[in-house]
Amino acid sequence: MTTTAPGITKATKPAKARRGGVMGSTGLYIATGVAALLFLIPFYLIVRNALMTDPEITGETWKWFPTSIQWGNITEPFDDVTVDFAQSLWNSVVVAVLHTAGILLVCSMAGYGLARIPYKHANTVFYAVLVTLMVPTAVTFVPSFVLVSSLGWVDSYRGLIIPGLFSGFTCFLFRQYFLGFPKELEEAARVDGLGYWGAYWRIVVPNSLNFFAAIATITFINGWNAFLWPLVIGQDPSAWTVQVALSSYMTNQTVNYHLIFMATAISILPLVLVFLFLQRWLVQGIAQTGIKG
Amino acid sequence: MSTTTTRGVAQPAPAKVSRPRPRRSLRASSTFNFWLFTGPFLIGLIIFVFVPIGWSIWLSFFEARFTVTPSEFVGFDNYQQILTDANFRNSLVTFTVFAAFIVPATWALSLGLALLVNRLRFMRAFFRSVFFLPTAVSYVAAALIWKMSLFNGVRFGLANTVLGWFGVDNIAWLANPDPPWYWLVIVTVRLWLQSGFYMILFIAALQNIPRELYEAASIDGAKPGWQTFRHITLPQLRATSTAVILLLLVAAYQAFDEFFNLLGKATWGQPPLVELYKMALGQNQNYGAGSAGAVVLTLLICVVTLLQGKIMGFGRGEESK
Repeated sequence: MTTTAPGITKATKPAKARRGGVMGSTGLYIATGVAALLFLIPFYLIVRNALMTDPEITGETWKWFPTSIQWGNITEPFDDVTVDFAQSLWNSVVVAVLHTAGILLVCSMAGYGLARIPYKHANTVFYAVLVTLMVPTAVTFVPSFVLVSSLGWVDSYRGLIIPGLFSGFTCFLFRQYFLGFPKELEEAARVDGLGYWGAYWRIVVPNSLNFFAAIATITFINGWNAFLWPLVIGQDPSAWTVQVALSSYMTNQTVNYHLIFMATAISILPLVLVFLFLQRWLVQGIAQTGIKG
Repeated sequence: MSTTTTRGVAQPAPAKVSRPRPRRSLRASSTFNFWLFTGPFLIGLIIFVFVPIGWSIWLSFFEARFTVTPSEFVGFDNYQQILTDANFRNSLVTFTVFAAFIVPATWALSLGLALLVNRLRFMRAFFRSVFFLPTAVSYVAAALIWKMSLFNGVRFGLANTVLGWFGVDNIAWLANPDPPWYWLVIVTVRLWLQSGFYMILFIAALQNIPRELYEAASIDGAKPGWQTFRHITLPQLRATSTAVILLLLVAAYQAFDEFFNLLGKATWGQPPLVELYKMALGQNQNYGAGSAGAVVLTLLICVVTLLQGKIMGFGRGEESK
């Protein structure tokens, strides 16, 4: 191969590459397509089961599609008396929205302070933040629960939201981001007579919306999907988030397949929408920061 | 770290530009502003991160059942109890087995998907979205689909239905630890949920590999395919691979949601966090032993992270990126 004359190599190579290209790309698309179908099976199962009757789901032979689509199933999780599904959905909305807003506010400001405001003990403070990265938050749920229960915050929005706001990791990400923020913009603001506070809100934040959007999307998804902490804090069903409610369906005495899957579909829908519309920021954010939660 | 110090040194530069203002008041104002910006976060960090950790270490030396303000100091008894507890030790075995499956599997699948998607010319965004979409689904919802439909132990579960077409009897996927089919369920659910996320990381890394490397390799006679993958793509992905493996390991260590929902009532396949949950928040409410367990797990994960970072050169890889 390497010994052939350069002229021949040059002549054969493009042809070969093209041939390999066509055949290779057919194989490539088949492989990708099969993988994609496998990845879509769970979504298909949710929709199928959510729109079927129970006798069809549990029937003798497998049915790929419902014989008649049961649109009436949509209201069933809301009429169920054993689990207050509507309340749990509302709790999840409140928790995920406030969790996201709170984290963005608190962690971005701290990140900016650490990155940009000169202070002689700034490094000490930064190390205190770094140390918390070594301790995984999931492992500290026992001590956190101990603290939150002595504050009397069990079964409350405060207990669900506030302890999760002080994410050393998000603060760290914002700091890294602000270190790379163009200084000239801030200096221009300084010339205009703005202090740190004014420069931050009028110049820095409006020029960082892409990064904020990326962090917001990831944070919202994590807030909506969180399970361990809401499970620990939500002792009373009225404080359950939708994830805790879904989990309770699995341990119920009677299993109502179509209802459970409709509830699952409803719980996933907002995120799938967020996902499809904000995917650009999400992908960008993940590629930039390499994180989720 | 080096960037921190250089930035710190470079900081005062703008102050010189705005000379007219008296220097001392500027410094005072920057101290005030520093605390204005970081204060709320730091107060929260102390109350909700440092205090619980400290409290937990304190509790771990006390007999603390049903109370968080105990008075009976027991020394290392809680640690002894937890380290000799068969359930706790089994949970570490469970984690090890789980990590041994899920870390390589996710690494390989996410890299494979990234390679596939990266080579597509048409519909690349579509396929990327399809593989990425499961990231939006919660572990609870996925566990529900796996337990109630995909791997339902009865005949109308999809897996058993497909096996039935080939004349295979129903398999009790989760209800029977022998043979341990539950591992297939546990591993596939996480594989489905997280592969798309790591695929994005790999796609970003693949696009950062200089094209000239491949051109140079083809001039040198390397065949496209395995050879270039082995000698160019893989080494170029080293930093990302290391980071991905570390993230996967830490995530596996903290696995709770799918185990709790798939195997909550079982006695097998219980990872560390589920054991901790049962110990501290179960019927006994033993906060002392639960706290001791949390301390042990935290120390373990720190050691594992540092060791792995050292072995795989995590820090170096990240800085060169």
